[in-house]
Amino acid sequence: MSEFDFKIRTPIGRVRGLGSAKAGTEHFWRQRLTAIANIPLVLAFVIIVALMPGSDFVTARALIGQPLVAILLILLVISATIHMRIGMQVIIEDYVHGGGKVLALLANTFFAVIIAAAAIFAVLKIAFGM
Amino acid sequence: MAEAKAPATGPAANRPLSPHLQVWRWTWTMAMSVFHRATAIALYVGTILLVYWLVALASGPETFATAQWLFGSWLGYLVLFGYTWVIFHHCLGGVRHLIWDTGRGFGPTERFNLARGTLIGSIALTLLTWIVALSLR
Repeated sequence: MSEFDFKIRTPIGRVRGLGSAKAGTEHFWRQRLTAIANIPLVLAFVIIVALMPGSDFVTARALIGQPLVAILLILLVISATIHMRIGMQVIIEDYVHGGGKVLALLANTFFAVIIAAAAIFAVLKIAFGM
Repeated sequence: MAEAKAPATGPAANRPLSPHLQVWRWTWTMAMSVFHRATAIALYVGTILLVYWLVALASGPETFATAQWLFGSWLGYLVLFGYTWVIFHHCLGGVRHLIWDTGRGFGPTERFNLARGTLIGSIALTLLTWIVALSLR
């Protein structure tokens, strides 16, 4: 830390270490956290789908409604939608400029939240047998 | 990135912009970097399929029968096969990024081996998954 840097930044700003964007490395770290979580969850998801016996309504509901399967699916949906929202934000910030950027970022957040809410609601409805 | 808004006339009009994908000779690392982002977008859009299937299953037998008919068609199988590869490729690409995050894997041969391994591994895992899944039908 140089003498110059010390003088320009306030002591509290230096301690927080969040920089001018006020968010610091939050997205960077969360993207890696969810990436690591996604590895076992997505492998479990592929195995669940691959092993799904037959395709009739009753057996499919029984499988998805099993506590272990339902919990894994909900965890995957939460982790994956956080991960994909941050990832798409990076892509938008790379390619979309001007007013369209704000709209694209809004749409990105709405999409991720809608996907998460719909998937979790469906799994819970199936699991609780409603 | 090439986002400079040069005026249509005057000395600034013909300034070169920063080069992008089209001017470089393709390398394994560059190709796998592009694949990682492309598979990310495919996974993003593909979540609609998962939600559609889950909501159909939650809605009732008739809605679910339509979904199963759609996914059971040749086009449905093609999409699911492609989606399997996309999942594995993005997953292995992510592992590659996590290895890089530890400061490892940047050597000239390591980089290329990791890039090749991502593609070869994702194709192998996709074929393995489908062989297992179809043999259980």
